[in-house]
Amino acid sequence: MRVLAAMSGGVDSAVAAALAVDAGHEVTGVHMALSRTPGTLRTGSRGCCTVEDAFDARRVSDLLGIPYYVWDFSEEFAEDVVADFLSEYAAGRTPNPCLRCNEKIKFAALLDRAIALGFDAVATGHHVRLRDGVLYRSVDAAKDQSYVLAVLTADQLAHSMFPLGELTKQQVRAEAARRGFAVAAKPDSYDICFIPEGDTHGYLVEKLGARQGSVVDAESGEVLAEHDGFFAYTIGQRKGLNLSRPAPDGRPRYVLGIEPVSGTVTVGPASGLDVSVLTADRVVFSRGEPPQFPLRTVAQLRAHGGQVPASADLVDGRIRLTLDEPLRGVAPGQTVVLYDAGDSFVIGAGTIIRAG
Amino acid sequence: MTYLDHAATTPVLPEVVVAMSEAMSKTGNASSLHTSGRASRRRVEEARESIAAALGARPSEVLFTSGGTESDNLAVAGIFRARRAADPRRRRILAAGLEHHAVLDVVEYLVAKEGASVTWLEVDDFGRVHADTLAAAIAEDPTDVALVSVMWANNEVGTVNPIRELAAVAHVHGIPLHSDAVQAVGQLAVDFERSGADALTVTGHKIGGPTGVGVLLLRRKIAVVPLVHGGGQERGVRSGTLDVAGIVGLAVAVQDAVTHRAERAATLARLRNELIAAVTVRIPDVVLSGDPGQSLVDGGPSRLPGNAHLRFPGCEGDALLMLLDARGIECSTGSACNAGVPRASHVLLAMGQDERSARGALRFSFGHTSTSADVLAVDEAITPVVERARRAALAGARRR
Repeated sequence: MRVLAAMSGGVDSAVAAALAVDAGHEVTGVHMALSRTPGTLRTGSRGCCTVEDAFDARRVSDLLGIPYYVWDFSEEFAEDVVADFLSEYAAGRTPNPCLRCNEKIKFAALLDRAIALGFDAVATGHHVRLRDGVLYRSVDAAKDQSYVLAVLTADQLAHSMFPLGELTKQQVRAEAARRGFAVAAKPDSYDICFIPEGDTHGYLVEKLGARQGSVVDAESGEVLAEHDGFFAYTIGQRKGLNLSRPAPDGRPRYVLGIEPVSGTVTVGPASGLDVSVLTADRVVFSRGEPPQFPLRTVAQLRAHGGQVPASADLVDGRIRLTLDEPLRGVAPGQTVVLYDAGDSFVIGAGTIIRAG
Repeated sequence: MTYLDHAATTPVLPEVVVAMSEAMSKTGNASSLHTSGRASRRRVEEARESIAAALGARPSEVLFTSGGTESDNLAVAGIFRARRAADPRRRRILAAGLEHHAVLDVVEYLVAKEGASVTWLEVDDFGRVHADTLAAAIAEDPTDVALVSVMWANNEVGTVNPIRELAAVAHVHGIPLHSDAVQAVGQLAVDFERSGADALTVTGHKIGGPTGVGVLLLRRKIAVVPLVHGGGQERGVRSGTLDVAGIVGLAVAVQDAVTHRAERAATLARLRNELIAAVTVRIPDVVLSGDPGQSLVDGGPSRLPGNAHLRFPGCEGDALLMLLDARGIECSTGSACNAGVPRASHVLLAMGQDERSARGALRFSFGHTSTSADVLAVDEAITPVVERARRAALAGARRR
């Protein structure tokens, strides 16, 4: 097959490209330029998007003896990932930009261009297994990335290749070292690539303004404090609320809700956070067709962790989930991924529109 | 392999390799006083005399540098600083917006850091600076102009500028003119004395010579403030141990370029015309950027004989490049750029084209190794490549 290896400059995509070459495919390395001014990201984050990362990807391509190009997706990235990230935050929701990048850039803009230019598939360094169109969790549970790929459609999956699924991260690094890749010991990137210094709050304030408002007690309606900007808060947050007065019953208080127009942050007891019933729209099923509903599932609500057994039904194209045990800190805008009852493969995904 | 990127760099001539190998096998710092030092110095000075004779300059006007970028920087910053030191009113630089980055970036640096101002000279749709444009820009205030910099021939679209006319206009007010002639040598008749230019940039690797060595031809009366400080080896203007082998190789390449210019230019023009004709038959809506090459500038070609800069509507240049590369054909989307990130060319934008049209550009550039087989290879590949690139661009457009 003619395979386009998406190469971020990190160790995972380097080894993924190498394995695709080993498998006998005709591989071309492509680094995606996602910033119009990559220099400004240089100090900000590691792992993708900087000029050094493009250089690292090029050096790996040299060692593999494959052609290497840089493709410019900065316009698409600014529109579909960065602008979406900002508008979601502005609306009081908590987006996952990496997931959006997979959905709109890597497996859409990049994949479409690759197919049109004569490639059969795009290979990435995600830790996930793809078998017969079904996404299985990686053998390395700590690195499993099936959550951020669950938004892919059957058609996208049909043109995707994930060579790392059978390897642990440790094995990937060992493989990179064995092949003499300079990126073998390159640190993992955890930051959001377009936010300098990992300062999400500062970035949001710069882009969206401070958005001050009140911190209000959910039960009494009393204003407990004024805050400098609601971006500093996420639902379920307990630390850093800086409330001078304890709750009357002395129990800790949590962020229960964020109202973006007034900037009001509602706080209250943990019980107010517990969610048992969820509704999600923008539903995607890996197989294309929905499976037989209602069904038993394991629902995952964050990129890492947050798994809970649940019953799911499909009502008017939306997923209605009833969790076996209430979960704390679930916010609209988050993606919920449904796994099979044995928690090994992805059934589908949706965006939470109502929690509670 | 079909190599059609001679404007980026040329294959090194075999006689250059021989001359450089021989020079490298000899010891001797050209500034040393003993026998081997004198022998090295002799090789340098013979090279200087040979280059001067080939380019219509005096030996004392030949300054060796590390190549085109250094020569451009030295000319622009060096002349600016010297002229301003002599008269603080002289802070304005006149340059065309489609200069090479080796000129543009130093101009922008001087504006940002040293209080320079700049008047970007308008160009016509072919990318040419006209004498009356320069005259009008100078007339805004002739006393505040530090220098003029206009390239002899554009590296992307191949359009030739009337350097002799422009120099005459600048000289009316005693203003020095620098010209980057990196692309011109070997394809056009470059005579420093006759051109009237006060400073001229030449580099080795565009004419079959080595990379990393070039010259700045500089008139003796023009003062420059040095960029590189040290032993003052080159007339006190440029320091650094002389690269004897590189200089020897450069001289061989310049000699070859000038000796064979007329017949080579004719061959290059024929190949270029064949390529344009062949591609136009295959892709009827292809557009040639720059001067069509049918007229004369200062008695010579109005377009670089080896340059075919083509725009393929509905395509992305980087997709075309990749698809041709996969078929063994090497060309360029414009000038090579730092991070490998494709950008719409500043040259095409300066010529008034919109970004979308500018993105579908490919530059094919012929040189001393080019043959009709290269044209044939492009002729055979271009139709499927353009069709595929169009489909890819459409797929991208549908998403937006």
